[in-house]
Amino acid sequence: MSTTLWATILGMFVATFLIRASFLVFGQRLRFPPAVIEALGHVPVAVLSAIVIPEAIAPGGQLNLSLANPYLVGTLIAGLIAWKTGRLLVAVIVSFAVFGAMRWLL
Amino acid sequence: MPPPLSSVLAGARDTLPLTVGTTPFAVIFGTLAVAAGLPPIAAVAMSVIVFAGSAQFISVNLIGGGAALPVIWLTTFVINLRHALYSATLQPVARDWPLAWRALAAFWLTDESFAVVDRRFRAHGTEGALPYFVGSALFFYLNWIVWTAIGAVVGHQFSGLATLGLDFAMIATFAAMVAPQLKALAPVAVAATAGSAAWLGQALPYKLGLIGAAAVGVIVGVALDSRRRRTDSPAAVSPEDPR
Repeated sequence: MSTTLWATILGMFVATFLIRASFLVFGQRLRFPPAVIEALGHVPVAVLSAIVIPEAIAPGGQLNLSLANPYLVGTLIAGLIAWKTGRLLVAVIVSFAVFGAMRWLL
Repeated sequence: MPPPLSSVLAGARDTLPLTVGTTPFAVIFGTLAVAAGLPPIAAVAMSVIVFAGSAQFISVNLIGGGAALPVIWLTTFVINLRHALYSATLQPVARDWPLAWRALAAFWLTDESFAVVDRRFRAHGTEGALPYFVGSALFFYLNWIVWTAIGAVVGHQFSGLATLGLDFAMIATFAAMVAPQLKALAPVAVAATAGSAAWLGQALPYKLGLIGAAAVGVIVGVALDSRRRRTDSPAAVSPEDPR
């Protein structure tokens, strides 16, 4: 395993541990302003959407909003199933099957 | 006071239902990490050393996309910031624990163990909280590592998985994680702006566009929240309001 990969993992450990240890280890001297807590609530949706949407609407960098784009159709199906049922695994499996079928047929 | 061992077992038992939901993610993580080009040992090492599900998924995506190290670290930091809230919530519970145990508890702090321990704390107070937490977290930790390894082996056996479109499986997983949260104006707007900004910024090197796009999305979310607070306040919605 390469040095870069070890560095990646160790850096991720440091970043994660510092946050988790913040109050538990370093005590109550830390305080979060309410505005920061509110902003944090938006982080997961923002980051995940920033990854998903470009890959769905422009796989390989080329904008493709047609229904023949398996990435777009698959993402919409995954999102719709999860949105309606909240069942992540079902959403992933069904959308992956549709994606595979489209790849194979088109 | 119950003996420590029974608290340990109670913590593990109460965590079991939550592993039903996360075990598939551990398998998918191991498989995707190997499909993205990581050696199986790196996938397992990430689960052993970092132990943070969503950050692990995103980092594999970033490593595959050639992101710079600081971008990966910064993204990990931002993604995991919510754990500071858990750390703060558990602080009073853990006040009397020895430092080494508090450090270990911090390392093991996940969404799932936090949820389990916080519920127990609200019901039973701090008594026996440390062995209970150890039981919950240790069980969850070992489960995550074992299933990551199984996923990595699967990914390694079927080395053609990447060409079968496993890059899509990661996108589908992320989409399924986000979608249930899109049930109010603010998160929908956050998703739309962050997504479009990321598309516009995808030419930026080292995936820097991702960080910028996430920041734009968060700013939009905060702006919408504060606007909603203003319109919701009694002064803004008076009986004489012509609307």
